[in-house]
Amino acid sequence: MSTPSDLPSLHATSTTLEVTEPFVLASGDTLDRCQIAYTTYGTLNADKSNAVLVCHALTGDQYMLGTHPVTGKGGWWETLAGPGRPLDTDRYFLICANVLGGCMGSTGPGSPNPKNGEVYGLSFPLVTIADMVDAQAKLIDHLGIEKLLSVVGGSMGGMQVLQWAARYPDRVISAIPIATAAKHSSQNIAFHEVGRQAVMADPNWHQGKYANQSTRPTKGLAVARMGAHITYMSDAALQGKFGRSLQNRTNISFGFDADFQIESYLRHQGMTFVDRFDANSYLYVTRAMDYFDLAADHDGVLANAFAGAHTRFCVISFTSDWLFPTAESRAIVHALNATTAKVSFVEIESSRGHDAFLLDEPELFATVRAFLTSVADREGLTS
Amino acid sequence: MSVPDSRVDYAIIEQFVPKGARVLDVGCGDGTLLAFLEAKKDIDGRGLELSQDGVNEAVARGLSVVQGDADTDLATYPDGSFDVVILSQTLQATQAPKKVLEELLRIGKRVIVTIPNFGNWRARLHLLVQGRMPVTKALPYSWYDTPNIHFCTLRDFLNLADEVNATIEDSAALNAQGQRLAINAPWAVWNLIGAQGIFVLTSDQNVT
Repeated sequence: MSTPSDLPSLHATSTTLEVTEPFVLASGDTLDRCQIAYTTYGTLNADKSNAVLVCHALTGDQYMLGTHPVTGKGGWWETLAGPGRPLDTDRYFLICANVLGGCMGSTGPGSPNPKNGEVYGLSFPLVTIADMVDAQAKLIDHLGIEKLLSVVGGSMGGMQVLQWAARYPDRVISAIPIATAAKHSSQNIAFHEVGRQAVMADPNWHQGKYANQSTRPTKGLAVARMGAHITYMSDAALQGKFGRSLQNRTNISFGFDADFQIESYLRHQGMTFVDRFDANSYLYVTRAMDYFDLAADHDGVLANAFAGAHTRFCVISFTSDWLFPTAESRAIVHALNATTAKVSFVEIESSRGHDAFLLDEPELFATVRAFLTSVADREGLTS
Repeated sequence: MSVPDSRVDYAIIEQFVPKGARVLDVGCGDGTLLAFLEAKKDIDGRGLELSQDGVNEAVARGLSVVQGDADTDLATYPDGSFDVVILSQTLQATQAPKKVLEELLRIGKRVIVTIPNFGNWRARLHLLVQGRMPVTKALPYSWYDTPNIHFCTLRDFLNLADEVNATIEDSAALNAQGQRLAINAPWAVWNLIGAQGIFVLTSDQNVT
C-alpha cells in the first residue's frame, strides 16, 4: 500500500463553493447563503462523463486522499482510491464534499450566521441527509456535470448514496452503498443519543454557545467518540487487538487508571478526535443520520423510493458489522428487487466490524473495481 | 460466445428463452449462463448466487447478481416479475425443493429447471453392483461432502411438478455425452439413459 508521500499529485486542496441563492432545507428553514468545501482528484474528461461522487461518513470530511490539514495523516479512503486503485484517479474524476452541517469548511453550526456575524451554534437549522445531498447537487451543477458515473460511500456516506439514487435518479448512473441502511435503527439512534448527551453534559458546552466563551466541550465530545468507536469495531476485533492486555504495566492498579490497553486506546481515540471535530457539528450530523428513513418519505414503502430507477446498484455489507448489519443491506436489495432494478449485492467476510469499509479488505476492493469497471466500460468510458 | 463443454444444457436452455426476455438465474454461479444468454438472446438478466466467489466473478462480468440463498431469498421477488426463471443444476442442492419450485413458478411466467438424473443407469448400476452411493462423472461428489442433498430421478421430478400444479410445456433429456435423446422415446427410457433433464414449466394459474 502506498503512503501519502507516494501520491504528490493527490495532495488535497480544498476549494469552497459559495452558494448565494437561498437554500430551503427539509425542515422548512432557509439558509440565505452557504458554503460547500470540496476536493477533487483526477481529471474531468471533455464530455464530463467520468465523475464519481464520494460521500463521507459521520466524522469524515472532504480529505479522502492526500494529507489532512489538521491531523497531518493520510486521507480516509486511501485504501480504496488513488492511481490504479478501485476508485482509480487515473480514470475517474473523484469529487468529495464536506457535508452540510460539517466542520471542515462547509456551512455548519460552527460557521458565522451571515445575518449577524455570530457563530450559529444551536441557532443553525437542523439538516437532513437529503439536505446534504441537495448541497452536493448544487456542487455538481456548479462543476457542469449532468450525470455522475457513480456515487459511492460507506455508513452515513452510503445513506447519501441511497438518497442520491432516490432524489436524482436520472443523474446517477451507478450507486455503491456500503455498510449502510435505508433507515437509522433504534439501536443506532440510541448510541447517538448517548454521544450527544455526553457532549451536552460537558459544562464547557454552554448550551452550544461555547464559541462565545472561548472554551470547547472536549471532554464530552471525547467520551462521545469513545462510545461511538466501540460500535465501529467488533468483539472479535477488540479481542484480537487488545484482549485483556495491560497498558505499560504488569499488574492491575486497583484504581481507575487506564490499566487495560483497550482503555488507553479509546482515550487516545477520544482525545485526538476533538482536535479535528466540532462538538455542535457532532450533534447536527448524528441527528441527520437519526432522521434518515428513506421509506418514510415514500409512503412507508422503500421500493417506492427507487421506482423506475435506471441506476445500477452494487450493495455491499460486512459479516461482522453489527452497527449496519447485513440485514439492513438485504432490505435495500429486496426493495430494489421489487422494483426490478439492476442490483448486485455482496456480503464480505470480515472480522473487523463496521470500520471494515475503511480498511484493507481485498474482497471490497475486488468488488468495487469489478463493478465500477463494468459500468464505465458499458458507458463507453476510455480506460 | 461458445457453450462451455461441461454445461451442454446451456445450448438447450437457450432455445427456451425468448429474445429480450427478463431472466432470473437462480444459483447462477459465476454468471456464465447469464452472460451467454445476454450475448445470444439480448436478455435483461439478474442472478442469485450463494457463493461470494461466484458473485464477484459475475459482477466483474458486468452482471447484476445478488448474493443470497434460493431457500430464503426468493420470497422477496414480486409475482410474475420475470419472463423466465432458470434453476440450472441447483434444485438438488436446496433445502426445500418443493417450496423453491413453487416460488419459481410464482416469480416467473416460465420456469426452466435442469436436474442431474439420479435414475440414470450408471447411478443405478453403481448402487446395484457396488452397493455404494453413486459417484459418476455427472455426480462427482461423495455422499458425505456433496452439496446435492435432494437428489431425484427425472420421473420423481415429474411427480413434483404435478404436485405443485405446474404444466410441463417442454422437456428434454441429455445423455452423458450431452446429446439430446430422441424426443419420442418413452419416459422410462429417458429416466434410464438421461444424465440430466431439462424442463420448461408454467404454473397452471398462469395458463388459465
